[in-house]
Amino acid sequence: MARPRPLPSGRSVPDTARFAGVGRWLLRAASLGVCLLAWQAAAQLRLDLGIVTFRNVPPPVEVAQAGIELLQSSKLFDHVTSSLSRVFAGYGLAALAGVMLGLAVGRSRLAGDVLMPPLEILRPIPAVAWIPLAVLMFPSSELSMIFITFTGALFPILLSTIHGVENVDPRLVASARSLGAGWGAILREVVLPAAAPSIVTGLAIGMGTSWFCLVTAEMISGQYGIGYYTWESYTLQNYPDIVVGMVLIGLMGMGSSALLRRAGARLTPWHSTDEARR
Amino acid sequence: MAPAPLLEAVDVSFTYGASTVLDRVSFTLGSSEVVSLLGPSGCGKTTLLNLIAGFRQPSSGRLLFDGAPITAPGPERAVVFQSGALFDWLTARQNIEFSLSCRGVAKAERRDVSEHVLELVGLKGAGGLYPYEMSGGMRQRVGVGRVIAARPRIMLMDEPFAAVDVQTREALQEELLRIHAATRCTIVFVTHSIEEAVFLSNRVFVLAKRGGTFDAAFDVALPAPRWDGLNRLDPEFLRLRERIYLTMKAGSPAATTGARAHALT
Ligand SMILES: Nc1ncnc2c1ncn2[C@@H]1O[C@H](COP(=O)(O)OP(=O)(O)OP(=O)(O)O)[C@@H](O)[C@H]1O
Ligand SMILES: [Mg+2]
Repeated sequence: MARPRPLPSGRSVPDTARFAGVGRWLLRAASLGVCLLAWQAAAQLRLDLGIVTFRNVPPPVEVAQAGIELLQSSKLFDHVTSSLSRVFAGYGLAALAGVMLGLAVGRSRLAGDVLMPPLEILRPIPAVAWIPLAVLMFPSSELSMIFITFTGALFPILLSTIHGVENVDPRLVASARSLGAGWGAILREVVLPAAAPSIVTGLAIGMGTSWFCLVTAEMISGQYGIGYYTWESYTLQNYPDIVVGMVLIGLMGMGSSALLRRAGARLTPWHSTDEARR
Repeated sequence: MAPAPLLEAVDVSFTYGASTVLDRVSFTLGSSEVVSLLGPSGCGKTTLLNLIAGFRQPSSGRLLFDGAPITAPGPERAVVFQSGALFDWLTARQNIEFSLSCRGVAKAERRDVSEHVLELVGLKGAGGLYPYEMSGGMRQRVGVGRVIAARPRIMLMDEPFAAVDVQTREALQEELLRIHAATRCTIVFVTHSIEEAVFLSNRVFVLAKRGGTFDAAFDVALPAPRWDGLNRLDPEFLRLRERIYLTMKAGSPAATTGARAHALT
């Protein structure tokens, strides 16, 4: 992924360029402001365009008020913790299963032939499509939601791990064998760390999809959780709370992905400097 | 008659499917020898190294290490790859200690060995650096040190210094000779540089372009130790370089029958 290049130190940047930098930030802020204003106006005027209507859309000011209210109530904590614990369980299991299966499939043709056909058939089915069956299969809705989260995260993690393992430099494995490493040591000490950057990418993508799946599952079969909160706000006609829920969902998904990437970059410090060196 | 050779190849052939890469190659290596393999690209140098390392088995013929056939890779025949092929997630010291960890050597002893090896490869004080914090020359030194720490009987090196600049390269060559003097381990060194081959080796094998046979072998009769680097200008050095160059250019065994006959006896 392209990272924004750090600006050179202030002194070497010509004044016009620095001004352009500030100007661009102002422009971006203005764009955001105009959008908020347009939303406020459309909601206040109860704008009806025929195919889309703003009659029931809460204006941003009301949303902000509702958000502050939720922050001050104890409800927020319950919703957030139940969502978090579901993600923690489902995603955690998916990370474990995805990395283990990926290592096996990436290293052994036999494991690939045995494990991949059923997984390949299940892969194109979106995790969300599992919801009705999951509700039937699991005794509690809690378990079925964890299962959906697991399914959503499993495939990105599995596929990235396989990709990473298959692309391990064969000279590294050859070196390890020639230095006397056994089968298990090669897997643990060479293949796993060499594939780590790719695994981290898969973990970050999986985090995004598992949030997405969880929120959908919560809307349908949950009690508590921010997906449930968002849907409940709709049924109770607390329209500003809907948008508060949406924003919360976005923030938590983005936050956990960013946290993961940060942790991943710290665990694989050789990765980011790799390209520059070769 | 010399004592039993460390490595003995008798009519070793190797084929990839229908194409013959090595065709009945025979040679012997004694203890503490440094032998270079020269030859055009694709003539089978890496393949021969892979056979000695044990990554692959000969299609026919016998390849004996210490009198026994080579069946699998092992630390007694360890490989140094081009650009090091280091473990990026381990420090220089941990890379060097890798083979020791595999054998379950205790931490204190590992430390002693890696300190010693770091000094031997000229990386004293740099043991805590990660490969991505090192220059190309340092990485290559770690690559050599990692193999030295495994205490190989034969060190197999496949164009190990091809990717560094000329100054670093000459420094590494001189250092390799110093390491060789300290460890006395046999070295098989693949290179495209005639000068490098002559400088390092006591024998130089030239492989033929087609058919994967040996074209010629040359004894290098230059005074040791050579690690001060001065004898790169020695007339004997230059003459040998030229002879090998002409042999490779002619590419015909007939031009060097004398050397060939000499080598195979
Ligand atoms: N895995 C393989 N499958 C099929 N053919 C191969 C394989 N590896 C090498 N070869 C062929 O074997 C021949 C010898 O290859 P090898 O790598 O030993 O050459 P080399 O002398 O090391 O060349 P270079 O100097 O370019 O490294 C080449 O013709 C190559 O195409
Ligand atoms: Mg080669």
